[in-house]
Parts: sequence; structure tokens; C-alpha cells
Amino acid sequence: MTALRLEGISKHFGAIQALSDVSLSLAAGEVVGLMGDNGAGKSTLVKIIAGNFRPTQGGMFIKGREMQFHGPLDARRAGIEIVYQDLALCDNLSAAVNVFLGRELTRSVGPLRILDYPAMNARAATLFRELRSETRPRDKVKSMSGGQRQAVAIARTRLSDADIVLMDEPTAAISVRQVAEVLNLIRELKRQGVAVVLISHRMPDVFNVADRVIVLRRGRKVADKAIAATSPEEVTGLITGAIEHA
Amino acid sequence: MPDNSGANAAGALEAVIDRQSHGMVGRMLGQQAFWVFLAALLACVALSLTADAFATPQNLFNVTRNFAFVAIIALGMTVVIVSGGIDLSVGSVLCLSAMILAITMNAGYPLAVGVAFALAVALLVGFVNGALIAWLRIPPFIVTLGMLSIARSAAMVLSGNKMIFQFGPDEKLLFALGGGSTTGIPNPVIALVLLALATGFALRWTRWGTHVFAIGANEKAAVLTGIGVPRLKISVYMFSAAMAGVAGILMAGWLGGVTTNLGQSMELSVIAATVIGGANLLGGAGTVFGSVVGAALIELIRNSLILLGISTFWQGAFVGCFIVLAVAFDRIRAYRETDG
Ligand SMILES: Nc1ncnc2c1ncn2[C@@H]1O[C@H](COP(=O)(O)OP(=O)(O)OP(=O)(O)O)[C@@H](O)[C@H]1O
Ligand SMILES: [Mg+2]
Repeated sequence: MTALRLEGISKHFGAIQALSDVSLSLAAGEVVGLMGDNGAGKSTLVKIIAGNFRPTQGGMFIKGREMQFHGPLDARRAGIEIVYQDLALCDNLSAAVNVFLGRELTRSVGPLRILDYPAMNARAATLFRELRSETRPRDKVKSMSGGQRQAVAIARTRLSDADIVLMDEPTAAISVRQVAEVLNLIRELKRQGVAVVLISHRMPDVFNVADRVIVLRRGRKVADKAIAATSPEEVTGLITGAIEHA
Repeated sequence: MPDNSGANAAGALEAVIDRQSHGMVGRMLGQQAFWVFLAALLACVALSLTADAFATPQNLFNVTRNFAFVAIIALGMTVVIVSGGIDLSVGSVLCLSAMILAITMNAGYPLAVGVAFALAVALLVGFVNGALIAWLRIPPFIVTLGMLSIARSAAMVLSGNKMIFQFGPDEKLLFALGGGSTTGIPNPVIALVLLALATGFALRWTRWGTHVFAIGANEKAAVLTGIGVPRLKISVYMFSAAMAGVAGILMAGWLGGVTTNLGQSMELSVIAATVIGGANLLGGAGTVFGSVVGAALIELIRNSLILLGISTFWQGAFVGCFIVLAVAFDRIRAYRETDG
């Protein structure tokens, strides 16, 4: 089943053409590696899917229905979760509050609705354990390691039963052991039928977990191939432009 | 034993939740507000010992009432600064709302109407501040600097730059509200306590408060996670203006008259109080307790100079030193944390 389909997506920021006429489709339970050089338009593409940007042109279809997102909340409601490249964390808040940022759990006390810290801490602790991360829910993010911060950002995507998870360089700036954990997590998502878009500059990551690789170059899609039908060398050539098209 | 594993896992989970890098005491010692509180307490003890006139009920009554006005406005300023902004217009908003109150009551309307008008105008000013900052993305410093000028000018135009000291039929009620006391505690202090509790509660226990801290630390992240940042910012500046409005109403009652230089350069004392109390001008950090203690400390300095027979011209120097000291301590502590 097609979870997500993009048709002719273009996006420009003023004079900068970040994406031109990108079409792609994503099946449930499929992991797609999205690769490309710096500035190729990868983040822009996933931010359009996540409702942060509106495309200048083109259509987006979720389970066959055309969608227009007016903000990240719309995308979330449609079952899309994203890990942002810069993680989008607030240093001064606890790990648990960061996980729930924008959808905090509350409970009623008389006429007031107050934050339910115990519930958020408990849920976050469960998520961190599932991610095999040594992250303490009540610790401030300020004092956390790169891997712990990554875990906080990834835990966010597990709050809801998302159908589509977008990950913008989730393995940048973390240790080898933690990379393995993230890749395991992606396999687990796949097993549960979640469609995953994995942006990464690390060839081994993509060739480890992805079913398919899509290459963007200067805003254009130049390749869309099954992993089995390509090689790291070919993908490198496509990214740099040594190979024009595939 | 396999049946135990579930309980063990739950226990382990609880342990993880409870575990934190710093304990209660550690966190308290890490709070600038705590050290300022200690400084204020020491100042009180020293003053009680050296100046007989300090620990008298009358002096304590005056000290607490005097700092209550600055502290009430500092509640609003705390929220603004935590959100990553600044509000320079509070002194002028205080004056404008006191003037609106005075004009309304002077025209024969009851206290309730005057208060309603005064607060409505304050909220409107806060809305304009917030809207310009959130929607047009003009820096808060510029917007509120402009408003500082506009609001005071409006007060002058409305009053013809004359002092108003007659408040119509409800005059006594107004004077009692701002200048009186309940069970021996000055009314402005009671207002401060109630508003401080409410503000502290809102910052700690509501989604609004969490979002205020979030935009102060990382506004982009807040936008990306779908928080309605423009509306949030507008609410923050409206809250600040409302606090200035409340202080203006109480001050009018206490002074028994409103002039157009009421609250002049008060924004500086208010910002000083919040910064001494641990608020970070870059946003993301600040506490209600700290700001109230900061305001108290400033008033204590002033009071002690008077009691010790030192010229009050020195007050500015002492307050200035405290601002720099408080922030310097904070920097030193931050250094230590990054080292360790
Ligand atoms: N908000 C924005 N405003 C203006 N230009 C933007 C904006 N976001 C991205 N761009 C531009 O769009 C182009 C694509 O950027 P994008 O962030 O999508 O690249 P990327 O493939 O994610 O690169 P990287 O590997 O460095 O993360 C770049 O030229 C960038 O400068
Ligand atoms: Mg990117």
C-alpha cells in the first residue's frame, strides 16, 4: 500500500530553487534512504512532508488522499512524525518535557488543567528504555550527550502510532554503538509497517537498513533505485554528479 | 524467577524516573535566586543589628509595600524575559493605566469601572506590543522602546499634563485599596503574593508556562513542534502590561494622586530585579521567586542607606554592583559546570 506519494513538488525560497519537480512514493513498511550533497534539498523535502513548509508547486497524497498541511500539527494528525536535523530541543527543559513539547499531557485539578509530569516522565522513561538509551527523563537536555539528545528527538516520534517517520540525519554526531541502536530502531519501525525516510550522509547506514535509495542533486531527483540494484560507488557518483542520472 | 521480572522492570523504570543528575540541595545551590535570597536575608540581619529603626513594624511595613510595586511588574517582566524578550514600556504603561483610572473616577464613575478601563487599556497596549513583535517581527527592544514613549505621551495628552488627585465618589475605596492594609499587611503586598503564586503556578504547571520557557530557549524548535508562537508572544506582552496596569492602580491609591511622571524609569528597577533574581536576558531562564527577591533586595539597599544615614544617591551604585555581581556569579558557575 502506498503510504505517501509526492507529485511534482517544487519549492523556492525567494530566488533559491530548493526543489524542482520531485515525485516519489513510499510504501508502508518501506525504508527509503534520501541522499544528496549539502544543500541538495533533503531537509526542505522532509520539512514539506512534515508540514513545516508549503510546497510552491505540486501535490502530496497520503494513502491516496490529497493533503495540504498548514503546520506541523496537521502533519502529525495525518500520522507523520519527524526527527529534525538540528533535533529541535529546548536545553532548559527536561528530557520528558522535550519529548512531549507541543502535546504535553495534562490532568484536571478542579477547574484547572495542569501538566501531568509523573505521566510524562513515566512514558518517556519507557520510550528511552525501548530505545536502549541511558536518558533520564527528568534531566535537563542542556547536560546531555549527543546520543541522549538524539534519543529524546527520536522518542518524540514514538508518542503516536505514526505511519510515516522522517529522520533527518539521525546518526550524525553519535557513537558507533548508538548508531547501531538507531538502525535497529528503524528496522523495528519497518517491522511494524511504518514507512521511514532516512536522510543520511553515511553510506553504510543507508545500505544497512534501506530498501531503496533516492538521490537529490541541486533540488532534482536524479535516482530512485532498489538498494539491491545499486552500489555505494554508484550512489556516490550520483551525489557528486560524476554519474548524471540513473 | 520469571514471574518477578515484570515487577523488577517496573521498579527499575521508577528508579530511572527518580534518578536525576542533581539532588534537591544541589539544584537549590545552583539557583541564583537562592544566593540572592541569602544576601537579602543577611542584609536584613545586619540591618536589624546595626540600625534600631529597621526591625520596627512601621519600617518593615513601608519596605514591603515599597518593593511590592516593582515586584508586581517584575512578575510580568520575568515572563517576558524568560520568553526571550524585553518590555521597556512597563513604567509608561503603569502611568497610562493609573491616569485612565484617575480620569474615569474623576469623572464620577465607580472604582470598578475605572479599574476595568485601566486594565483594558493596559491589555490593549500589551496586545499592540505583542502583535508588532510576533507578526511584524520587530525586535522587542525597539517596539517597547517606542511604546515607552507613546504610552507616557498618551497619559500627558489625556490629562493635559495635570496632576489628578480627586477620584470622585469611590475615592476612599481607591485609597484603601492601594494605601490600606488587611490584617496588618499592606494591600499591595497581598496583591503581590497572590499574583506571584499565580504566575509561579502558570510557569511551572501549565502548557503556557512550558511553552514560554521553550520559545525562550529555542524559538525555532517551538515553531517546528507546532507551538503557536505568535499567539504565545502576544499573551506574554499582554501579561506584562496587565501587571504594570495592576501596579499602576495600586500606586494611584497609595499616592492619592496621579502625575504624568509616575513610574518614570521604573522599567530599569524592574529589569534589574529580574536579572538579579536570575533571569537570563538571552531568554529561557528565570524564576518568580528570584525576581521578587531581587526587587526586595533593591528596596533593602535603598532602605539601609536611609537608615544608616548615607545619601540615597548611592543607591544606583549599589544596585548596579548587584546586577553585575549577580550575573558574574552566574557566569562563574556556568564555567564550573562546563569544566566539571
Ligand atoms: N528557510 C529557508 N529560507 C531560505 N532558503 C532556504 C531555507 N531552507 C533551506 N534553504 C535553501 O534551500 C537549499 C536546500 O537546503 P536543505 O536544507 O534542504 O539542504 P540539505 O540537503 O538538507 O543539506 P544538508 O545536507 O546540509 O542538511 C539550500 O540552498 C538552502 O540554503
Ligand atoms: Mg539538511
